[in-house]
Amino acid sequence: MTPLSTLFRRELSLAWARGGGPLLTVGFFASVCLMVPLSIGAAPGRVSAVAGGITWVGLALASLLSLDRLFERDFESGALDLLNLGPLPLETICAVKCAAQWLASCAPLALAAPVAAIGLGAKVETAGLIALTAAIGGVAFAFVGGAGAALALVSRRGGVLIALIVLPLLTPPVIFGGAAIANFAAGLPWTTGLILLTAYALAAVALTPFAMAGACRNALS
Amino acid sequence: MIATLANPLKFMAFSRWAAPALGVVAAILIGWGLALGLAAPPDYQQGETVRIMFVHVPAAWVSMLAYACLGAASFVSLVFRHALADAAARAVAPLGAMFTAMALITGSLWGRPMWGAWWVWGDARLVSVLVLFLLFVGYIALRASIEDEVKAARAAEILALIGLINLPVIKFSVNWWNTLHQGESIMRAGGPALAPVYLLPLLLVGAGYSAAFGALWLARTRGEVWRRRGAGLTLQTALS
Repeated sequence: MTPLSTLFRRELSLAWARGGGPLLTVGFFASVCLMVPLSIGAAPGRVSAVAGGITWVGLALASLLSLDRLFERDFESGALDLLNLGPLPLETICAVKCAAQWLASCAPLALAAPVAAIGLGAKVETAGLIALTAAIGGVAFAFVGGAGAALALVSRRGGVLIALIVLPLLTPPVIFGGAAIANFAAGLPWTTGLILLTAYALAAVALTPFAMAGACRNALS
Repeated sequence: MIATLANPLKFMAFSRWAAPALGVVAAILIGWGLALGLAAPPDYQQGETVRIMFVHVPAAWVSMLAYACLGAASFVSLVFRHALADAAARAVAPLGAMFTAMALITGSLWGRPMWGAWWVWGDARLVSVLVLFLLFVGYIALRASIEDEVKAARAAEILALIGLINLPVIKFSVNWWNTLHQGESIMRAGGPALAPVYLLPLLLVGAGYSAAFGALWLARTRGEVWRRRGAGLTLQTALS
C-alpha cells in the first residue's frame, strides 16, 4: 500500500459516498434529459435531431453537481491541511481527487449517456461513440471542474459560483464531443472531433493540477 | 517605463494627468471617426446600417484587448506579488465586461436589419464574444464572493490565467463548430477588403476606443488605489 494508492482509495470511497454519489449524478442527468423534450415539444423528428446535443448538455450539467464537495469537505475538516504536510505534492493530491471524481461520477454518466441518447431518438449505432466521448469529455469536466472547485474554496457560495466560472471553460469539449457524435450519425468524418476532444482532456489533465494546487495553497494560507 | 510605473507613488503622479489626457485624445478620435463614418456613403449592400460597424467592431477589439490586459496584470500580480498589478486587474474586469456587452448589444442591433434576427448562431465571432463576456462575469463573481481580499486576489489571478490559456482554444473551437454546421457563411468569409472610406473611420474609432479604455483603466486603477489607502487609513485612525 503506497501513499498514492491509499489516497486514491480514500478519495474514491469519499466520492462514491459524497452526497448520494453516482446515483444522484445519474438521476440528475436523467431529469435534465427528460425536461428538454418536454420543453421543446414531441413533434416527430424534433427531439431525435438534437438527441446527441441534449445528452451533452446533460453531461456537462450533471458533472458539475458533486464538485462543490470535492475539496470543501477536506478543507473544512482539516484533512487538506494534513495532506498538504504529507509526502505527496499537492498537485498530485489534486490530480488524484479529480481522477476519483471521474471514476465516481463521470464514468457512471458515460454508461448512462448512450441509454439516454437512444431514448431521445439517437441511432443505436452511435451508442459506442457516445459512451467513448462521454468518458473522454468527463476527464475534461472533472479536471477543469476541479480547478473551479478549488478556486471557489474560500468563497461563501460554492455551488453556483463553480457553475458560473466552469461552464464557459467547458465550451470546447462540448463542441468537440457534440460534433463527433453529430458527424458520425450523419455519416461524415467524425474522428477530428474525437481527436480534439482527447487533446483538450489531456491538456486539462496536464495543466489544471497546478492551478488546483495554487488555489488550495491560497485557501490554506 | 513599466518599472517606473510599478512604483505606486510614481504611478499616481503619472496617471493623474495621463488619464484625463487619454480621455481627451479618445474624445477627439472617436468624434473625428464617427463624423467621417456618418459622412461616408451608404454601402451598396448594407445601406445605412453599415455605420453600426463603426461602433460595433472597435468594441469587439477592445474587449479582446481588455482580456489580454487582465491576463497580463494577473500574471504580473501572481508571479511578482505586485499590489499595483492586482489593483489594475481588479479595475480592468468590469471595464472589459462593459466593452464586451457593448459589442454584443451593437452586434445584435446590426444583426436585426442585416440577418433578420437579433442573434445568429452562424456567426462564430458573436458566439466567442458571448463566451468572453461569461469569462469576465465569472472573474467578477469569484472576486466578489470572497471576503478576504488577499485570497480573492490570488484566486482571481489563477482564474484569469486559466481563462487566458483557454481563450484561443474557445475561439478555435467556436470557429471550427461554425464551419462544421454552417454550409455557407452568412457573413462573407474574409470578404472583399474594406473600402478606404470605411476603413479610415473604423481605425480612428478603434484607436479612440482603445484610448478611452486606457483612460478608464487608469482612472479605475487610481480609484482602487485610493480605496485601499482609505481602508488602511480608517483602520489606522480607529487604532490610534
